[in-house]
Amino acid sequence: MSEMPAAARAVRRRATTEEVHEGPARATAYVCEAASCMSAQAHDITLRLGESAARAGLSDVMVKRVGCLGLCAAGPLVEIAETGRLFDHVRPDDVEGIVGALRKVKPTDTRASQGPFFEKQVRVATENMGRVDPESLDDYVAHGGYEALRTVLSEMTSAEVRDQITQSGLRGRGGAGFPTGLKWTTVAKAQGSQKYVICNADEGDPGAFMDRSVLESDPYRVLEGMTIAAFAVHATEGYVYCRAEYPLAVARLRNAIRMAQRAGWLGTGIADTSFSFDVQVRLGAGAFVCGEETALIASVEGRRGTPRPRPPYPAMQGLWDCPTLINNVETFANVPTILRKGAEWYAGIGLGKSKGTKVFALAGRIVNTGLVEVPMGMTLREVVYDIGGGIIDGRPFKAVQTGGPSGGCIPAEHLDMPLSYESLIEVGSFMGSGGLIVMDDTSCMVDVAKYFQDFCRDESCGKCVPCRVGTTQLWMILDQITRGRATLDDLAQLERLARMIQRMSLCGLGQGAPNPIFSTLRYFRDEYLAHIVDRVCPAGVCTIEPAEVMA
Amino acid sequence: MPVLYHKPPPPSDDKRWKIVETRMRRLGDRPPALIEALHAAQEAFGYLDTDALNYVGDTLGVPHSRVYGVATFYSFFTLKPSGEHTCVVCTGTACYINGAKDILAGLDRALHVKPKETTADGKISVLTARCLGACSLAPAVIVDGDVKGKVNVGDLVAQLEAM
Repeated sequence: MSEMPAAARAVRRRATTEEVHEGPARATAYVCEAASCMSAQAHDITLRLGESAARAGLSDVMVKRVGCLGLCAAGPLVEIAETGRLFDHVRPDDVEGIVGALRKVKPTDTRASQGPFFEKQVRVATENMGRVDPESLDDYVAHGGYEALRTVLSEMTSAEVRDQITQSGLRGRGGAGFPTGLKWTTVAKAQGSQKYVICNADEGDPGAFMDRSVLESDPYRVLEGMTIAAFAVHATEGYVYCRAEYPLAVARLRNAIRMAQRAGWLGTGIADTSFSFDVQVRLGAGAFVCGEETALIASVEGRRGTPRPRPPYPAMQGLWDCPTLINNVETFANVPTILRKGAEWYAGIGLGKSKGTKVFALAGRIVNTGLVEVPMGMTLREVVYDIGGGIIDGRPFKAVQTGGPSGGCIPAEHLDMPLSYESLIEVGSFMGSGGLIVMDDTSCMVDVAKYFQDFCRDESCGKCVPCRVGTTQLWMILDQITRGRATLDDLAQLERLARMIQRMSLCGLGQGAPNPIFSTLRYFRDEYLAHIVDRVCPAGVCTIEPAEVMA
Repeated sequence: MPVLYHKPPPPSDDKRWKIVETRMRRLGDRPPALIEALHAAQEAFGYLDTDALNYVGDTLGVPHSRVYGVATFYSFFTLKPSGEHTCVVCTGTACYINGAKDILAGLDRALHVKPKETTADGKISVLTARCLGACSLAPAVIVDGDVKGKVNVGDLVAQLEAM
């Protein structure tokens, strides 16, 4: 990289701080540098574009590193900001073509339609994603960043901030959907001179990558949201608990904290007021249960991440027994926009008690895998077919799994249901953090249930018996079923045991562990019966063992 | 918490202990720094041996038993040295339904190595991850820190064999 010619460096420099304020360049190429595109050598593309533009003598174009453009399946992605033209699967040979397109951009150009994947989305938490340079504070500020915090600190009282959040109807985006305003009010009113704010970025659900993308693409937004929350609940210290498996997100977050501290957006006397707040990063270490708030607190305290019974809730007694506010990354990411655009605006989006938007990670057997943000209440069909582009190879849709290991599988008959906290629970699933994994007829639902049970048995922290022993027992029965060795009695035992574990476990991990079994039994009982009675796996996934011969 | 008047010296004069020591000092040499300290030690040495665990425990004032308890609770920490190269196979849901099982089976067939094992010649360690968050690239693996998406078993084996 140090070999880069001076001209290329100059073009690349346009991508960062100084020039952003001095009027936009004539043409800008956004290069997605989030984890998915990075692993497809997107950074190399950024450098080559800069070099190539310089060689072509284009001095008024900007090559800019941005966060996730959303359509991860087609990376590396380059977008021309002025025309909205998107280049997918960009390889080093394509660079000249992109420079050619940059050359042709005219000031009168308007953004063309980019198709339903982009047009049907409503961006709130991800509004800057694919627009701002995730490593530049100035760029964030240039896109309206810290406007909300400045207003809050100079014009509002903490009670007014809490009222705004309450009126917006924002609910916890980590999965359970607890009203955020109520949580903030509880922490604000709790007794104690020291209070903490924790951002839960321990995104453990397999198949979910919303929090990773938000942190990689727009880390300042999360910090701003946390700072506003700290003001609203009178906290002075904060932690972001992030998975160690997300090295890029951690690096960008640490950079953002450093930059914000230097610019006075974190630390003592923020924005020349008397309000002080600072944030530290704590790394997780690969324990799924640490997404549970009491386990997360134990882990931040440097202990084994085992949950404890609630109450007392962390809002009253959390980190080091002080009142602690814990919200998910996406919840905090919504906060600055809500305060900037107003609670009524936010409450106007959505359906019923589920206000606003939700970020979903589309994955599995779907054409447009990637990250999308849609208003609550959009139907599953719109998300899977219009935005997601349907199933790979045009195969039949079988189910969509939501909510991770505590969620459920939704079959084709419910494709037209709206996505909201309530409707998902009605069909036996769960919002969860927002992973949507689409399955076609090549997936065996018993095998899927077994997969999640294997996950839960492995991740059970071992503190309470129903979860530690029960999840293993459930897995063993499912294993017998997939090998064609189970009887109908075993199936009855499976259901009995599952109900018991759901009722008696200490935390959400155990309580939710039987959900994949319940939902697959509800909609795909015939598949269980096929394995047990007919001894065949309809999807052809499981290896049925030959029947034992009675001697 | 026992009050420590003297910080213990590092187990050896290896310079990497400096990194661990600094990280602990920045966090006040107190018990809450345990997980961060273990991260630092593992980053520096690749794994956590008894010396590392005891040194971290003694510095932070955490009993050895509790250090061991924490190090074994979290799956990210490893107490065994790994092979020269590591291959992490993602077994998240998206990867699972797109054939992570076949990748693990293929590695076992070709290199005779199962998850959490190292090949007999000590060259390649195979690990699994719960989810890399690279679901759009499913099935995904990480070879020596490089994420590879839409993996083909044959290509992966060929690449590992050439290492």
